Amino acid sequence: MTENNDLITTKEFTLHMGPQHPSTHGVLHLVLEMQGETILKAEPDIGYLHRGTEKIAENLLYHQFVPYTDRLDYMSAMSNNLAYVMAVEKLMGLEIPERAKYIRVIAAELSRIAGHLLCIGAWALDLGAMTILLYAMREREVVLDIFEQLCGARMTLSYLRVGGVRYEFTRECKESVERLLELFPARFDEYDAILTGNRVWLDRNKGVGVLSGQEAIDLGLSGPALRASGVKWDIRKDEPYLIYDRFDFDVPIGANGDCYDRYIVRFAEIRQAMRIITQALKDMPDGPFAVDMPQIVPPPKPDVYKNMEALIHHFKYVSHGFKCPKGEVYSSIESPKGELGVYIVSDGGEKPWRLKIRAPSFMNLQTINAMSKGRYLADVIAIVSSLDPVFGECDK
Amino acid sequence: MTPVDKAHILVNKIQDNFRHDVISTVVFRGEVTHIIEKNALKAVCNFLKDDNDLRMNCLVDVAGVDYSPSSPRFEVVYHLYSISKKHRLRLKVKVGEGEGVPSVTGIWSGADWPEREAYDMFGIVFEGHPNLKRIYMPEEWEGHPLRKDYPLRGYKDRYNPYGVEKE
Amino acid sequence: MILRKNPIEESVLFTSLENIADALRNNSIVNSIRENPVTEYVVNWGRAGAIWPMTFGLACCAIEMIAAGCSRFDTDRFGIVFRPSPRQSDVMVVAGTMTKKIAPAVKRLYDQMPEPRWVIAQGGCASAGGPYNTYSVVQGTDLVVPVDVYIPGCPPRPEALMFGFLQLMEKIRSENPAMLTQRKITYK
Repeated sequence: MTENNDLITTKEFTLHMGPQHPSTHGVLHLVLEMQGETILKAEPDIGYLHRGTEKIAENLLYHQFVPYTDRLDYMSAMSNNLAYVMAVEKLMGLEIPERAKYIRVIAAELSRIAGHLLCIGAWALDLGAMTILLYAMREREVVLDIFEQLCGARMTLSYLRVGGVRYEFTRECKESVERLLELFPARFDEYDAILTGNRVWLDRNKGVGVLSGQEAIDLGLSGPALRASGVKWDIRKDEPYLIYDRFDFDVPIGANGDCYDRYIVRFAEIRQAMRIITQALKDMPDGPFAVDMPQIVPPPKPDVYKNMEALIHHFKYVSHGFKCPKGEVYSSIESPKGELGVYIVSDGGEKPWRLKIRAPSFMNLQTINAMSKGRYLADVIAIVSSLDPVFGECDK
Repeated sequence: MTPVDKAHILVNKIQDNFRHDVISTVVFRGEVTHIIEKNALKAVCNFLKDDNDLRMNCLVDVAGVDYSPSSPRFEVVYHLYSISKKHRLRLKVKVGEGEGVPSVTGIWSGADWPEREAYDMFGIVFEGHPNLKRIYMPEEWEGHPLRKDYPLRGYKDRYNPYGVEKE
Repeated sequence: MILRKNPIEESVLFTSLENIADALRNNSIVNSIRENPVTEYVVNWGRAGAIWPMTFGLACCAIEMIAAGCSRFDTDRFGIVFRPSPRQSDVMVVAGTMTKKIAPAVKRLYDQMPEPRWVIAQGGCASAGGPYNTYSVVQGTDLVVPVDVYIPGCPPRPEALMFGFLQLMEKIRSENPAMLTQRKITYK
């Protein structure tokens, strides 16, 4: 039997993994063509969470769509807010105050930490290391507490608005963020000790799901997964938006393009995000946190009750919104998953004619077939986790 | 290189090489858009990918836009990016209802899913696509939801009592 | 399902689940135990104290469901332990937006769960479509499966989910555990 091992073949069969499967990160349905334990072809079937977000956008005012962007990549809602409001501001040619830019950077990077933490936690859980999930969720709660302090919500924040941010970044928030920066490095060392050199973790991830840089670019991969393949492309560095060009941070890249590298890159990115937050906290200037344009930014609520003019502005804002010039823009940011872009076609009215979201999870999922061909079934779990798809964003 | 120089190259390179195929060129907020003839799409894309000054090796996105009631009804929008040169370009192709567009999956294999999405949402057929079927909606779904004449709430069925009555 | 012959007591021979059910239904001792209020209390106490929900995350609410199950909020202290399989679970938490594409799968999972079973609709989308009144979203879980507890919020905080579970426990305690046999469910 041993010498004829390669002659033993079984009948090819199709295996359906999902849509309900504990380790498909939501509602991914993978149709796997198998030869015994080996995968011949992996075809993702998506759309189980298609909610029609783009159609909704065409029927809403520009500012009304912000809450829907929270629900795209719900693990890091701030990044989605940022991508959308930046696109609208680009369309209007609006420049926001300095302080708002700093607040936005801090918010986006905090949300990157929250997103990556959950990614690593869920990934470790899928490969059998439940401790990390419990640890990661514990740390995530610290981030969510700061969000709650900022705007009152934990996950779906709608904190960034067109023209700035919704509420002031208070002194108490600043203290909480400073506490986070003190607390986290030691906690991450703990993760490192448990996971990074772990025999099981190495065996399940090293050499699994290898994708070369060229192939990855061709397939439209972006974000940490692309950088793990050795391509140094980070929009924060290459096309700096907001004020990212003022900060000193590294773009970690991997060498082999396997799952383990993707883990290392994500982990390093959390640490870089903390570096950025430290610098942003230090340099943050005083001043207004939103532009002084009543037709774009609604007046503070207490004023609405007392001041006639504020009431009129509030009414105009809520009922009519604001108009954007005719034209089309594409604006993209580096979200925790990759390049998150928003393409807006405006006909000059107060609603977008067409809004297209370039979802990183959607493009990244395309690579599953190339990564898992010829691998074992158990490797698919690691590969899906390493791509970190979020279905709110993937299916829109 | 300043952004103006970059935009200059992006505008001129295409206009010089494809004089008859570029219908119009728009620069808005620093973004260059070329509207090109449908027949020349593949040639332009190949040129963009291989030219030494452009090197558009990354297809960022393919989007469909419905401009009804104007004619031709649809536009297919390609967002391109060059990782080595760090510049972006937008290509647009006008498509009438029931017409096809050549697929660019042979040039960037990442165009597979976004093209399927545009087919699913608008019913734009991509000729030469290896696996053109619905991606979001179920296979048996009728209609293309992102078309302007498709109601937001869809048609009434057992899962959605608030939908529009079907005639 | 054929059971092995009982070697000790040959007179009782169960050949199928239906036979077991019939034998139990017609047994006077079993009936008297079943109708005893103490039994009712004990059974309900047991059911309410060990609710095993199925991990079935659909969208955003699933993340809050995970948060509820993890270290800070920790639903384990109420006996709520997440199970990955419908066969092992009592409660289905519909966590997130249910689309028309996933609705048949949800129905099927519900059918796979053994009785007694309960459903919690977590969040606005699962309760009534929420902010997504569109062509592809099911306008409420109750159009697909019967729902016991609705939890408002978008997404509800983990505390809200836990309150929902406590409400469900309240409901279970007031139920008649013999309901199953009274409904004369036939086993096949």
